[in-house]
Amino acid sequence: MARIIGGVGTTHVPAIGKAIAEGKQNDPYWKPFFSGFDYVHRWLARERPDTVVVFSNDHGLNFFLDKLPTFAVGAAAEYRNEDEGWGIPVSHALAGDPALSWHVINNLVADEFDITMCQDMLVDHAITIPMALMWPGEGAPPVKIVPISINTVQHPLPSVSRCLELGRSVGRALRSFEPDRKVLVVGTGGLSHQLDGERAGFINREFDIFCMNTLAVEPDRLTKYSIPELVEQAGAQGVELLNWIAMRGALGDNVSELHRNYHIPISNTAAATMVLEVRDVAQREAA
Amino acid sequence: MRPHAIPGTIMFDGDQAQKGLALNRMCFSFNSAENRATFLKDEDAYCTQYGLNEQQRAAVKSRNVLQMIEAGGNVYYLAKLAGIFGLNVQDIGAQQTGMSVENFKAKLVAAGR
Repeated sequence: MARIIGGVGTTHVPAIGKAIAEGKQNDPYWKPFFSGFDYVHRWLARERPDTVVVFSNDHGLNFFLDKLPTFAVGAAAEYRNEDEGWGIPVSHALAGDPALSWHVINNLVADEFDITMCQDMLVDHAITIPMALMWPGEGAPPVKIVPISINTVQHPLPSVSRCLELGRSVGRALRSFEPDRKVLVVGTGGLSHQLDGERAGFINREFDIFCMNTLAVEPDRLTKYSIPELVEQAGAQGVELLNWIAMRGALGDNVSELHRNYHIPISNTAAATMVLEVRDVAQREAA
Repeated sequence: MRPHAIPGTIMFDGDQAQKGLALNRMCFSFNSAENRATFLKDEDAYCTQYGLNEQQRAAVKSRNVLQMIEAGGNVYYLAKLAGIFGLNVQDIGAQQTGMSVENFKAKLVAAGR
């Protein structure tokens, strides 16, 4: 049976891709951020997931605003990255896990999530950068991926509670997959930041810390925020928090926080990294 | 004012999406290096090809990000246009807030203290 080992939340700012390409990980500006991944590397080396389910938002590589699904699930054997237009290097392709993708798709639709299914899907920096952060080095990481895209760009966006329930449904699907898989769930983006308007540069440390404190133990508390309230608190692009919330939903009820790094700023963003472990004893014994 | 108006923020909603479709579509095309080069060769012709309206053309011509947003631009797409001129999100953040890039960056660093 498949089992979920835990979740990682991480920022996906494009400038990180540039810093990696230029080998700036130990520069004073970047070190406080990159060093937050030392723990993640040790944890992943120990847990060795087979497949990574990634919740993220596309920034105009795979989708355009003319046809923009609220939720879309990738079902490809391979996911390529391409030129995104802002000068970060194009990443190597990532392997897909179509059997698990279709199992997730079937279960989501049975659960009344009317998602878009994508047999072709380009993945942008919101996936390639977190993968490069978790598995640094030249080659492709030793895992497959199932990308799940959430619209955090063109309003109306799905609500916090809908994203939490989407994650929960994905979690149920993963736990019911019969073949053996160790699955890691990742949510990317955020935390607070705003790129547009006179409020560009907005950061809200207090709200970010509240979200991180709440995420592992009582994620339902976050559902009291409407999307406009989330924009107000987290910034116009800080709504990428929805990806973290979906990730959290997939992990089930019994979750503990293993690691956290929070650093302001990376580019215009409050950068955060979290590792959450699924503490399901029965699941572990069964595995 | 729309409900939930947030100062200094234009929510990219259905109204903005409709207004900005042509501008954002042009910016979407800048994922291709060839298209970026074509734009640089003849900016006016490229804007015409994508059907930008007067407001959008003026905003692009003046490189004014707040005006592009007013004209329906979405910042993720506008960032692809900004990239053609070697500008990143910190440069356009500075422009939108009327600060020097140095001061904009310093403000972000200060937010971490």
